[in-house]
Formats: sequence, structure tokens, C-alpha cells
Amino acid sequence: MDEHKVPLWRDDRFLKIALQVIVLAIVVALLALLGGNALINLRRLGIPPGYDFLNNPASFGIGDTAIPYSPTDSFGRALLVGLVNTLRVIVLGIILATILGIVVGIARLSENWLVRQIATIYVEIFRNTPLLLQLFFLYTAVFLRFPAVENSIRLPGPTFLSNQGIFLLWPAGTARTWIALAVIIGSLILGILLWRQRVKVIVLQGASGQNYFFAMIALAVIAVLALLFGLDWQAPVLQGDVVTGGLNLSGEFGALLAGLVLYTAAFIAEVVRAGIQSVSKGQWEASRALGLQPGLAMRLVIFPQALRVMIPPLTSEYLNLAKNSSLAAGIAYADFFQVANTINNQTGRVLQVVSLIMITYLTINLIISLAMNWFNQQVQIKER
Amino acid sequence: MRKWISLLLATILTAAVAVACASTGDSTAQGGDNNANSTLNTVTSRGSLICGVNGQLPGFSFVDNTGEYSGMDVDFCRAIAAALFDDPTKVEFRNLSAQERFTALAAGEIDVLIRNTTWTINRDTALGLEFAPTTFFDGQGMLVTTASGIRDVKGLSGKSICVQSGTTTEQNLTDRFRKLNIPFTPVVFDDEDALYSAFAQGRCQAATSDRSQLTARRKTLPNPDNYVVLDEVISKEPLGPATRNNDSRWADAVKWVVFGTFQAEELGITKDNLAQFENSNDPEVKRLLGKEGTLGSDMGLPNDFMARVIKHVGNYGEIYERNIGGPFQLERGPNELWTNGGLIYAPPFR
Repeated sequence: MDEHKVPLWRDDRFLKIALQVIVLAIVVALLALLGGNALINLRRLGIPPGYDFLNNPASFGIGDTAIPYSPTDSFGRALLVGLVNTLRVIVLGIILATILGIVVGIARLSENWLVRQIATIYVEIFRNTPLLLQLFFLYTAVFLRFPAVENSIRLPGPTFLSNQGIFLLWPAGTARTWIALAVIIGSLILGILLWRQRVKVIVLQGASGQNYFFAMIALAVIAVLALLFGLDWQAPVLQGDVVTGGLNLSGEFGALLAGLVLYTAAFIAEVVRAGIQSVSKGQWEASRALGLQPGLAMRLVIFPQALRVMIPPLTSEYLNLAKNSSLAAGIAYADFFQVANTINNQTGRVLQVVSLIMITYLTINLIISLAMNWFNQQVQIKER
Repeated sequence: MRKWISLLLATILTAAVAVACASTGDSTAQGGDNNANSTLNTVTSRGSLICGVNGQLPGFSFVDNTGEYSGMDVDFCRAIAAALFDDPTKVEFRNLSAQERFTALAAGEIDVLIRNTTWTINRDTALGLEFAPTTFFDGQGMLVTTASGIRDVKGLSGKSICVQSGTTTEQNLTDRFRKLNIPFTPVVFDDEDALYSAFAQGRCQAATSDRSQLTARRKTLPNPDNYVVLDEVISKEPLGPATRNNDSRWADAVKWVVFGTFQAEELGITKDNLAQFENSNDPEVKRLLGKEGTLGSDMGLPNDFMARVIKHVGNYGEIYERNIGGPFQLERGPNELWTNGGLIYAPPFR
């Protein structure tokens, strides 16, 4: 290599690397500056660094607990309870918001004038008002308006509906429950496999597939039996103004879930509408020409193509839902953010707790992104 | 040539690191406990005090519909401003939630936190706070509906209880129920207004907080007579101002303004009769009002700082009567002067 041919400061490759090194150095210096400052400030305020405090007993109660928890448990356990509460809302919220969003998005393009207008009004109202306001409204004007526990509305089940939330029949959580649950899930998976095999046999071999059909019925019977008798259903019991047993979905949980679903679905509806409209008109016409019903045309031709456009913006909506779930603290739902804040307040470990909050939401959202990216790859056109 | 460039790069890197170190070095100096960097100097040169208050609690700090602040905590903010600037209006109030308050103080967003904050060992040590003397001795109680017929904490077994997050009451509540070994469901609110509106709607069978707060809040509920504060007191809640650790000059200033109001009541000096005391021969009065000695200027305050406080805000008894005793008919109880069997006691001004 002849060094004199291209001087170093005009060597493109070198300059690119040098530039990156300089940027990296600046970033590292900035991080060092911030980190150093943080450490010095911690020392100045006499706050010990480290995360050991998570093993200390929490000594505060949490209202909504999906996993066993008592105030004698550690701060770490309390955070876990909060995390489960957050995930509960996020997972249910994403599923429900997607269903509602797709329905409303399609309704926005309906040929029925009334349906179209109602969908438009819904989208515009929920998209253009602050979510926190909607949460407060749902909580105080809807969920707290239910009667007090002693006058609960009784629904069949037995189910009690009151301003403390809804009390449902729920499996007791014994060993028998888990075995029954495994049986149900197993027969569900087996059923899906059988169904696929049956379709294959019918299409490829022209057979009737009746054997598979009977096997599936047998599986269904087993699953239903396990569901009814194996799960040890526990009914809620009302004594005076205290309900024991069963599952309590609190009004706070309900208000948060409803708020997140209604709000996010309004955005998803627009994503769905945009996705459907992005499919060229010729596709509609072609499917009509083939004699497909409008519903079938939507399901088999238009929607799969719209899905390709919809998934990236849909991912953003899911991420927003996950982050918005932290507004729970406003309506007294014990989500991760609220529990973390309480711990911050009791221990004074601001930096540690804030870093935990950041890492947790980052992890949740990265997982959602990864899953959606995987899904995105599955529905893209496979060019061979 | 390559060497020359490497040299340049090395220089830039070293410079960057040096800058980083130099800036961190600066903040070390800021953290030191020396006179020049005390909050006292910051406040004096700024010309106004930034005071962290509650803003939602009648009797302690409350914003009325004209935007005016009133209450006991507010009066102590004004007293500090009066001592420093001879003007009680030179205060900027910041409304803080229970969650935000300590972070706001630690970050230097406020100069002093006077937000019905309970003095605990954990807050005093691990949280890096410095507490001034207690201005209100309180205890935690329970607010229930009269219709419920609940008489004591035991009657709340299995019930839902509304509580504010980030407070000592949240922990006391859990401790008490653990001690009695009875279950309960906490419903934890960030915001006090949201808490009491949910309670009024019957979300919880009880709301818990400091008894003074419950008494004040009960008055603002739709039908106050339908609610009752239980007699049972489940904790000690000494409420007082707090400053940052390692700034004793500023902590001293806050501490002695508070003590000064106690001392003034003990000596019988009020807003109205201050003029009569101006020419008093009593050396104790003379020292307090800065006519004799250098008690004020020794600590970096104007020598007549207590005369200013009394002139603008009054003594402790007046502050109590104006904000708590008058409006809520709350007996002074432990907040009586030590000479009357209470806990309000100031060390000697000498």
C-alpha cells in the first residue's frame, strides 16, 4: 500500500472511522459526565447506590394482586405484583383494542350511512380528548356509579357487580385445577392439529375426513368436562358488605382497561381504514368479478393485503397502549409505575427506581416490537 | 501522517474526558457544606423563596378560588420570607403531590418543603432530609360513614380503605392491620382530591389520613354530618418543614424562624401588640426582636428577623388559631405551649 497516494485526511474510509470515533468519544464523555454527576449527587444527599434495598420488606399493601402478596414480602415482590398487573392490562388491552379497532375501522368504510357516522363520531371523540380525562370520566362517572357492595347487582354465575368492581366465579388454584388446565390446553392444541390434518386429507386425498371429525368431538367433550368439573370453580360469597372468594376485577382495573381499549381502538380504527383504502380498487373489482360476496372479498382478498400496510403503524399503537397503561396511578390501579413510585417514596432511591421503571417499560415495548416485527415478516409477500 | 492524525484524535479524546472531569469537579464543590453555596444565599440573591406545599389541604395549604394561598404551612413559608425580605408575599408556592415532594426538594426545585410532612427516621436519614421543628403534632385516624356503624379499626376487617400513596399513613395502615391480624384492601390514590371524591362515592368504607386532614376534608364533603372521624388514633404524625441535608446554615434559618414563633407566643408577643414590646426592657424580648445582641446576624439573617415575622405573620398561637383552631374548631391538644401542658417548646434564645 502506498501511503503517499491518498493522504490520510482525504482517505474516505479513514475519515468515516475517525468521525465515528469522535462521536463515540463525545457520547461516552457525556454519559460519564451524567453518571459521575449522579453518583456525586447521591453521595451529597447521603443516598446509598445499589439495588440491595429491593430485598427489604415492603410493608405496604396492594389492592389488586394477581399473584400472592403480603406486606411482609420484599420490595422486589411488590414490583413483581405491579408488573403482573401492568402486563394483565397490556395483554387484554391489546387484544380488545385490536378487535374493536378492526370493527370500527371497517365500519368507517361501511356503505350504511348510520354505521359510518357512528364510527366516525366515536373515532373523533376518543382520538381528540386526553386519555387521562377519559380515564377519570370512566372511573368516577361509570365504574364508581355502580351500587355499593351490600347492594351489588347480582348476575347469574354467581357474579356480583358493585363499585368495588366485579366478582366472578374463578378456579381455586389447587393442583387439580392445574391438571385440568393442562388437559384443556392439550386438547385444544391437539384439536388444531387434527383440524389441519383433516383439511389436508380432504383437499389432497378427497377423503371425507370423518374419522378426524369424530376424534375432535371426543376431544371437545373431554375439554368441556375438564372445564366444568376439573377446575374447582370458586364462587364469590357476599356476607354483609364484604365479598370473599372468587375473582375480583376491581373498578380501577375495569376503568383503566376500558379507557385504554376505547382510546387505542380509535387510533387502530384509522390505521385499519387507511390500510383497507390503500388496497387498489382493482382488487375489489376483481374479487367481485370472481363472484365473491363482499364479506368474503374483505376477508380473503382485501384484508390480507391491507395487513401488510397496517402492521407497522399498529405496532406503534400497541407500544403507546403499553406506555399509556402507566396512567393507572391516576385512578388508583396498582400497576408497575404506581408500585415503583411508592417504593421510590419510601426508600428515597430515586435514581435506582427510575432506572428500573425505564428498563421495565423498555423491555416490555421491545418484546412487543419484536413480536410485531416477526408477525410483519410472516405476512409480507413472499417473493420466490 | 497517520501519527499526526492519531495525535489529534488523542488530544480531542483527552479534552473531552478533561471537560467531563472538570464539570463533575464543579458539582462536588456545589455539594459542599460551605457558606457560599448555602440555599440561604441562593434565596437571598434570588429575592424570593420557593416553597413546596400541598395546595389541596384546607387548614395547611389551600388555594382558594381567587388563587390565594392560605393555611398553616403557607404561613410558615410566609414567615421565612418575612424574616429574609421583610415581605411575606415574596414566596413562590409549588404544589406538590406526596410522591413528588422529596424528589422536588432533593433536586433543588424548591428551597423548603412545608407540606404536612411527617418526620420519620427514614426520611431524616436515608432520604437525605433535614427536619425543622414540628409545627403540628398529628395522628392518623379513620373517616367512615355514620351509617356504617363502624366504631373502631377492628370494624374495618375485610373492607376497602382509601389511602394516599407515598405517605406514612399508607405504611401505618398496613402495620396496624398486620398487628391486629385482619385483612383489608387498600385503594391507593395519587391525588387527594381523587381520593376523597372516590370515598364520597362509596368506593371505600373508610378513608385514612392525618386526623387534622380528615377533619378538614370532612367539612368539604357533600354532607359532612354523614361522616365521622373515629376516635382511635393509630400513629404519631409530627408534621414540620424539611430542607436538604448538609446545608446547616439554611436548615438553621428555617429551624429558628419556627422556634421564634413558639418563643413569641411564650412571651406573649402578637402581631397587634408588637409595638408595645419594641421598647420593652425584658432582655429576652430584646434578644428575640433583635434590639440586643446579634442572634440574627450571627446566622446570616437580618438581626430583627423575628420582629419581621411577628409583624407580618404573627406568633405560633395566632397562626394556629387563624388556620386550624378558628375554621375547624380543632382543640390545640398536644399543639399547646409546653407551659400549658403541650409539646410546643423552643430552646432558649440566647
